[in-house]
Amino acid sequence: MSATARARTVAGGGAVTHEGIFLAEQLWPIKGQLVLALIGLAIGGLMGLMQALDRVGIVIYKAMLMQTYYQGLTIHGVLLAFLFTFAFSNAFVSLVAIRGFERPLASTFLAQGAFWTMLVGTLLAAYAILTNQATVLFTFYAPMRASSLFFLGAALLVISTLLTALNLVLTRRAWQREHPGERTPLLGFVGVVTYVMWALASLGVVVLVVFFLLPWSLGWLKTTDPQFNRILFWYTGHAIVYFWLMPAYISWYLMVPRQVGGRVFSDSLVRLAFILLLVFSVPTGLHHQYVDPGIPTVMKVVHLFTTFSVVFPSLVTAFTVMAALEDGGRARGGTGLLGWIWKLPWGDPSVAAQLLAMLVFILGGATGIVNASYNLNNVVHNTSFVPGHFHMTVGTAVTLSFIGISYWLIPFLTGRELMGRRLALAQAWLWFVGVLLFARGQIAAGLLGEPRRSSIGEAPYRDLISAGLDNWLTAIGGTLMVISGLLYFIVVLWTVFAGRRLTQPLEIPVAEMRFGARETSPRLDQLGFWFLIAVILVAIAYIPTILLYLPLQSVSPPIKVY
Amino acid sequence: MRIEAYERIFMILAGLMLVLGIVGIGIGALVAGVHVPSPAGRIDPRALSTTPPFDQPGLRDLGGGKYEAVVIARAWQFQPDEIQVPVGATVTFTLASPDVIHGFVLTGTNANVMVIPGQISQVTARFDQPGEYLWVCHEYCGFGHHQMYGKVVVR
Ligand code: HEM
Ligand SMILES: [Cu+2]
Ligand SMILES: [Cu+2]
Repeated sequence: MSATARARTVAGGGAVTHEGIFLAEQLWPIKGQLVLALIGLAIGGLMGLMQALDRVGIVIYKAMLMQTYYQGLTIHGVLLAFLFTFAFSNAFVSLVAIRGFERPLASTFLAQGAFWTMLVGTLLAAYAILTNQATVLFTFYAPMRASSLFFLGAALLVISTLLTALNLVLTRRAWQREHPGERTPLLGFVGVVTYVMWALASLGVVVLVVFFLLPWSLGWLKTTDPQFNRILFWYTGHAIVYFWLMPAYISWYLMVPRQVGGRVFSDSLVRLAFILLLVFSVPTGLHHQYVDPGIPTVMKVVHLFTTFSVVFPSLVTAFTVMAALEDGGRARGGTGLLGWIWKLPWGDPSVAAQLLAMLVFILGGATGIVNASYNLNNVVHNTSFVPGHFHMTVGTAVTLSFIGISYWLIPFLTGRELMGRRLALAQAWLWFVGVLLFARGQIAAGLLGEPRRSSIGEAPYRDLISAGLDNWLTAIGGTLMVISGLLYFIVVLWTVFAGRRLTQPLEIPVAEMRFGARETSPRLDQLGFWFLIAVILVAIAYIPTILLYLPLQSVSPPIKVY
Repeated sequence: MRIEAYERIFMILAGLMLVLGIVGIGIGALVAGVHVPSPAGRIDPRALSTTPPFDQPGLRDLGGGKYEAVVIARAWQFQPDEIQVPVGATVTFTLASPDVIHGFVLTGTNANVMVIPGQISQVTARFDQPGEYLWVCHEYCGFGHHQMYGKVVVR
């Protein structure tokens, strides 16, 4: 078997040498973005404490050096939902792509550019928020006025991801030129699909910020149309959740199986799942606007259908990953229907964190179906049910997975052994218990009508909504999550600054395939074709909405209410 | 293309689940009549106080147990912030905002709608039990957001 053929079917296992693919000038921006991601997680997460305690009337935003609850909440949303996720994903997916294509990224300039734009964007947005010029939450709905520095910062964060997207596409091109006629290695492919999906998905926010909000905040445009702006925001705002999830899926599909000693069923299904995510993720945004007054019911129903289609690849993921885990558990001597579960390497913090993240994701997915359900949404829209749901998805499925990934990624990048493994295990379990209590509290309170994004601790109606116990669960669960976060940073700092030097360099874990690329239909490798389908679907889903909506109702000057 | 029998079975099951879900929602909409809010007209937020019906916010008796509550949502108060109706009343809330985006959720009912400058929002709720029904602003509308609420008193 030739080296390339083996790399194709086996896709890992140390079958190929990695010398020369990780260039120092491409590694430092990757490390730099990882640092930015972790700073985002640390500061953003700390704000969570204030929010959780607020539920039971313990108001500590002043102690957190914030003027209002909402300033802290803006930091929480922006640093966690944008900075942490974007920066981690840029770092992780770039690294994985290098390993997947067995070659350096096509452009060092773009790799470093991604770091610099991320850094400058963060500084601008942070400055605006900390000086209370942008207490507009991470959704920055017009006509709430924010400093143009904030919009500029947010735009740069997105641009950083787009530079990474371009680099990944170019890297795939370069690989194809070097390997004419061969199928793209799966590990490279999934990273590129993730970013191509996002490139299409980010269009809404890019147009929103560049053509509407930035000129409007600068005074060049006098007014804007808040309903139309929301359509643009949610065009991106739902697909973004898949952009958060897909890097975690990459790990669940192609790395965790390796870590537990299992194999993935087939190359085909993984490719198919990612392609379906590309095709169906974007034309779904209106389901965040089921209760918006200005959108015709027909279009809401169209998006209802596309939303449910995107559940399909997630169900496929659940199956495929489960099957690979079972394979691993049985290879380790597990027997019986469920006996294999206990044989999984639960003592490995990287594995444990990600398995727990997957478990929570089942609940997150179920509550997501509630949100997406056209008429159930009437009960839960904008109540605390919603943060209950997304702390199980992005707040845990993604975040705890990223934490788990970092338990091998940081040793890989620093050449130092992971320290405090027991602490790391405790961290994962504490997060798991914490988020279950937290989400139980938020969800139940939401069903009673408790609004989200409200300083409940100061609300005059707090006692009129009988969610006393639920709010306590939120507070306790949230506090456990923050403590878990603290343990995480102890482990990270300990590893980075005092970790023992590894005697041997680490391998990036990459799973083997039971059925490799040779059994895969070439259709599934034609990214351009699928991208076109995605664009057509987006056009069908959005053009009629926008046409029905025109002419714009540009009536709102910027208003500062914070 | 190689798809295992297991994989095929699972994909079919997943597809069926989705179809079931959509059918369930269809039944909710068609049989149980649960609908999401739909467009109820546009309005200039800068001229809200002079545009009917918002020039006279308050409760109107439409006869036959039907009422319309015209409510302005502004930072940081609903106007009016309390209405009184008899048991069995069906109330249509007609809302608009003169400033930023607000929200409206009526606890214990299905009534939930955004109030977006430029748009008129409408939701309907029926009150079969006596008591007080709280409504709150559920979209962040500035630092007084959590002070924004109102109630329906049903006797
Ligand atoms: C560390 C523990 C965490 C705690 C205790 C916590 C707590 C909370 C609470 C109580 C809210 C609701 C605030 C409100 O509606 O007024 C909230 C909102 C939010 N959280 Fe977290 N959270 C944590 C971690 C995370 C993580 C890891 C993420 C994402 C990566 C995240 C993303 C968000 C987002 C996007 C919002 C919405 C902000 C908004 O509505 O503007 N949180 N969090
Ligand atoms: Cu309000
Ligand atoms: Cu509000």
